[in-house]
Amino acid sequence: MKIRLDHVVKTFDTFRAVRDVSLEIESGELVALLGPSGSGKTTILRMVAGLEFADGGHIYFGDQDATDIPVRDRGVGFVFQHYALFPHMTVQENIAFGMKVSKVKREKSAIAARVDDLLRLVQLEGLGDRFPAQISGGQRQRVALARALAVDPKVLLLDEPFGALDAAVRRDLRRWLREIHDELGITTLFVTHDQEEALDLADRVVILNQGQVVQQGTPEQVCREPGSAFVTRFLGDTNRISAEVRGGVAYADGAAIAADGVANGAAEVYARPGDLAWSETGPGIAASVTRVLDRPGGRRVIAITTTGEHLEFDVEPELAVRAGQQGFVTLRRAQVFAAG
Amino acid sequence: MRRNVLPGLSLSLGVTLFYVGLIVVLPLAALIFKAASLGPSDYWAIISSPRAVASYRVTVLSALGATAFNLVFGLALAWVLTRYKFPGWRIVDAIVDLPFALPTAVAGISLTALFATNGWFGSILSDLGIRVAYTPLGIMVAMCFTSLPFIVRTVQPVLEDLDPALEEAAQSLGGSDWTIFRKVILPLLAPALLAGLSLSFARSLGEFGAIIFIAGNQPMSTEITALLVFIRLEEYDYQAAAAIASVLLITAFLMLAITNILQSRALRYTMKG
Repeated sequence: MKIRLDHVVKTFDTFRAVRDVSLEIESGELVALLGPSGSGKTTILRMVAGLEFADGGHIYFGDQDATDIPVRDRGVGFVFQHYALFPHMTVQENIAFGMKVSKVKREKSAIAARVDDLLRLVQLEGLGDRFPAQISGGQRQRVALARALAVDPKVLLLDEPFGALDAAVRRDLRRWLREIHDELGITTLFVTHDQEEALDLADRVVILNQGQVVQQGTPEQVCREPGSAFVTRFLGDTNRISAEVRGGVAYADGAAIAADGVANGAAEVYARPGDLAWSETGPGIAASVTRVLDRPGGRRVIAITTTGEHLEFDVEPELAVRAGQQGFVTLRRAQVFAAG
Repeated sequence: MRRNVLPGLSLSLGVTLFYVGLIVVLPLAALIFKAASLGPSDYWAIISSPRAVASYRVTVLSALGATAFNLVFGLALAWVLTRYKFPGWRIVDAIVDLPFALPTAVAGISLTALFATNGWFGSILSDLGIRVAYTPLGIMVAMCFTSLPFIVRTVQPVLEDLDPALEEAAQSLGGSDWTIFRKVILPLLAPALLAGLSLSFARSLGEFGAIIFIAGNQPMSTEITALLVFIRLEEYDYQAAAAIASVLLITAFLMLAITNILQSRALRYTMKG
């Protein structure tokens, strides 16, 4: 089912949570809504679900205007951030709830068979008789997903699906959710503030800030061609260097970077820690090392330039570098945005 | 005892046990002791006398009626107080506690004045052929009044803590409002409701001050058990008073035991394992 948001607006009291958002999610796509807290991502998800109603604009499911359809008739599966499993029902009863209360009457045996299928799908066979308090966080997450899938939703919506889990479980569940999505082909929209999660899992990432879409595209597109300084900063660790653009070239203290299409004047150069290199002889940006952090995969160097800007970059584990050392930083790759 | 980083445990334990023993257990033990000084046949004769049995009947039936009424009305009141913030909400919330704070005799006198055949409510009701004051119905009204806060105050915090996402989840799965109330909210409120019910019922069984003004106190019809105990005391028949009081005591114990069993059953989903 294709979902289309058309100039959607939502205001809470005086806070404009969502400002004129238009968005298309193709049938069968897995899309991440990525943004910092307060960016309106959860509000958008809840409006798609029908848990909030838009103040303006329209939401279409396929060709149908779903803007005013209440959640219970909208045919969406919603996975809540803290799962919202019914604590007084067993895992089986939780999964069967939607089928039991449905207007479509089902045979008891049909419901039981479907619950068994879903338990197998989410790899929880044998845990059907447990109560939510008796299973782990990752297992609860999977029960919540099975419960949402049990009603054959047209659209699957997940609010911070892995937010409450520890890192290792997160990674496993992420891969597994991708597999389930590929198996069922259901249109899926999920909300996250974790860029790694969004880039790992989604076909397409929609980046939001202050209630507006700032950029959308495949993980490759948004990573390689971030459209703004905000997106660059939000997608991961980055260094910011002040520069001056003259005739399509950004000049920083001791470095020149191609800056096609950036207007002349003050600018900001952004470079990832992996895109900077260290050498003891010039040319480059003169800097002195303030700290070296050792990590399993390499060494992270923190340096300060002569103009007082802090830089962080990664070097080979073998490189002998220590605090207090003087040297030069060169930029292998960088993005330039007009300052503003 | 296992070492504990939190201080003051043994002292507070000692003080608490001493206090419970002195204030609660000792008087109850004295009551049992007094009642036990009767022989089994005398004891039985006193507690099964027609007048005593009639008092049990009117007390228990009125208490059941009052508790049933408060179950519905108390739940509705708790629901409204948690779900809606209307003007004057704070005042209504405070009024709920009034029956706790008010001397029960004051409640009894005001209810009697209202429900007497020449009172505001009583005159209207007597036109309809309903008499409240000086009938078992009056006893029920007094019991309702004094035991209402128990259900409201036990259910309210649980309702407040109920995760709204549970209802949203049930809605997104297609549940109607009534289904959600019946299958999600009510089972989660059940332990608190049970606790409130048993407290409300126990209070109604033992209520004295509010009832004696409105009940009329006719032996065999509107005389409650607590009053009968009082009458025996006035007659210096301490043993009979203790015997009848012990029936109330045993009833209260049994009821608490049953409530605890039901409650732990309703809460079995919280057990780890």
